[in-house]
Amino acid sequence: MENDTPVIVTEQLSKIYPGPVPVHAVNDVDLKVMKGEFTALVGPSGSGKTTLLNLIGGLDYPSNGKVWIRGQEISSLSKSALIEYRLNNIGFVFQAYNLIPVLTARENIEFVMLLQKKSKQERDRRVMELLKEVDLVDQQNKRPGQLSGGQQQRVAVARALASKPAFILADEPTANLDSTTAGNLLDTMVRLNHEENMTFIFSTHDQRVIDRAHRVITLVDGSIARDQIVAVPSDHH
Amino acid sequence: MLLKLAWRNLWRNKRRSIITISAIVFAVVLSVLLDSVKKGLLDKMKENVVGFYHGYVQVHRNGYWDDKTIDNSFDYDSMLIASLQRREEVDEVIPRLESFVLAASESMSKGSMLVGVDPEKEDAVTTLKSKLIKGNYLQDGDHAVMVTTGLADYLRLGLNDSLVVLGQGYHGVSAAGKYPIKGLIKFGSPELNKGLIYLPIGESQHLFGADNKVTAFVLKLDNIREAQKTSEELGAMLPHDEYETMSWQQMLPELDQVIQGEEAENKIFQVVLYMLIAFGIFGTILMMTMERQFEFGVMVAIGMNKAMLSLVVVLENIFLSILGAIVGVMVSLPVVLYLYRFPVSLSGQLAEAYENFGMEPIYYFSTDAVVFYTQGLVVLSLALVLAFYPVFKIWKLNPVAAMQS
Ligand SMILES: Nc1ncnc2c1ncn2[C@@H]1O[C@H](COP(=O)(O)OP(=O)(O)O)[C@@H](O)[C@H]1O
Ligand SMILES: [Mg+2]
Repeated sequence: MENDTPVIVTEQLSKIYPGPVPVHAVNDVDLKVMKGEFTALVGPSGSGKTTLLNLIGGLDYPSNGKVWIRGQEISSLSKSALIEYRLNNIGFVFQAYNLIPVLTARENIEFVMLLQKKSKQERDRRVMELLKEVDLVDQQNKRPGQLSGGQQQRVAVARALASKPAFILADEPTANLDSTTAGNLLDTMVRLNHEENMTFIFSTHDQRVIDRAHRVITLVDGSIARDQIVAVPSDHH
Repeated sequence: MLLKLAWRNLWRNKRRSIITISAIVFAVVLSVLLDSVKKGLLDKMKENVVGFYHGYVQVHRNGYWDDKTIDNSFDYDSMLIASLQRREEVDEVIPRLESFVLAASESMSKGSMLVGVDPEKEDAVTTLKSKLIKGNYLQDGDHAVMVTTGLADYLRLGLNDSLVVLGQGYHGVSAAGKYPIKGLIKFGSPELNKGLIYLPIGESQHLFGADNKVTAFVLKLDNIREAQKTSEELGAMLPHDEYETMSWQQMLPELDQVIQGEEAENKIFQVVLYMLIAFGIFGTILMMTMERQFEFGVMVAIGMNKAMLSLVVVLENIFLSILGAIVGVMVSLPVVLYLYRFPVSLSGQLAEAYENFGMEPIYYFSTDAVVFYTQGLVVLSLALVLAFYPVFKIWKLNPVAAMQS
């Protein structure tokens, strides 16, 4: 796929939480994310990063506006169609406790491909490839409880990649990690961005993480306050 | 894969699984015990009154049951006995000559039932010998009686004392006799224990001037549950104008009603118990569902459809419920067997209250397999129905909200 195809497009995207004082968590956001971009979403706590990611990831419905993923408008999909859509098109990494506790690292990665009904052969091949990419071949038979926080997040990244999604969405993936481990996770993400040309969009507070991004979008009160390209997206392919 | 997931989830939080299983085990044990004692008491009540005295089916001269006098007796007919005994469902046929008499000692008197029996055959059908607590069992040709302890106490008579009986014999002749008390018998049913006198049938025929007469043939059946059916079939076989054939339900409609009433009452009690059990099991399932909201949220977020996730949770609960039901039955089995061997006797005022109601003050337990599997299955199905609560929660689950918790 060409790098000039937009992976994510939002148009006047808004989310208002009703209440005595309605909260405009996301306010008229127009955004375009291209294939292969490595984008950080920054902003103070409460600025709407999580809400925006949830809308883009098809986890929540907007109050106004639309979201297109690879040209398909997703906010009109039903809830159950959205689940299927997320499975096949979006990779998720959450802040913590991403993994299914009773499955091993390997099985967690394999899990989404089982949901996708991929063949055993394909699953085995892809799992091994991903374990290598996140450098966890040795830890593959451990359960999440036996892995460090950084290792768990790397499994989560591998799992997000396993389904061959349009992009990976990560909400504060390093928030629970110390800075060295966070750096490691970022290395992995950057490498995957390069090697697989995978599009990443992630929120963060951490300046060292922000420094690794190619594009930094700053949210304030649910609106895009600044949108800077700091590096050209990789175009190895 | 779903099975694997469900199976591993069981072992992941052992405390939670054990709490759930324990709740189910406790529920099964409780409802088995309750059902067992209910069944045990009713069986015992039936046995005490029906098995130890009336028998499950009787044949009389037509009209006897409505007017129980010696004039309504009939000739002992060995052909009739033979034709009854030929039936496969009939094990034994025994004759009786029963009549109401006044029993007296020197100081007291009391209305009682004098029962003329063939001592050996009577024992074969009603296990009368087992009720003997003092003295000796009657023998054919004895000129002596056995009386129930309730009557003996009332008349202040003991073993070898003389009992006087006064009554009306066949066709109006007066009947009077004086017999030494050879044995004392005690019935479980306080009602029966109040006033029964046993005499060899030959002697009673002589007393009542009713040679070769009987008032009833008491049948021992192969299958006591078929009493009503057998009674109807025999009734159809015998000449209607001469004989009446009655099942215990027809002879003792009050007892039948009491038993049915008890069963209905127990159903209400049982429904209440099941509701308590349901709340208990529901509590553990609720806890499980709440604790795992976040995890469910992640799974739905990454694209696991809700039907599959529900299936996993239902499978888990099926495992837990079946395990709980099996363990529950296994735990209750020895408890019930123990209580069956050593029934719980009441004492003091409660015991008196029971006796006043004509019931034995003892809790008997039934070991009938029906008790175990019905109660096991009822609790199992309760647990399985409740397992659909998490399904409902998953159905309504919003992954964003679930992961915020
Ligand atoms: N479910 C909700 N109901 C009501 N208000 C919410 C809800 N979720 C978030 N908000 C509000 O929306 C705003 C944006 O929140 P969020 O997207 O979580 O910000 P961030 O991730 O940047 O910290 C905040 O003011 C927050 O209080
Ligand atoms: Mg947030």
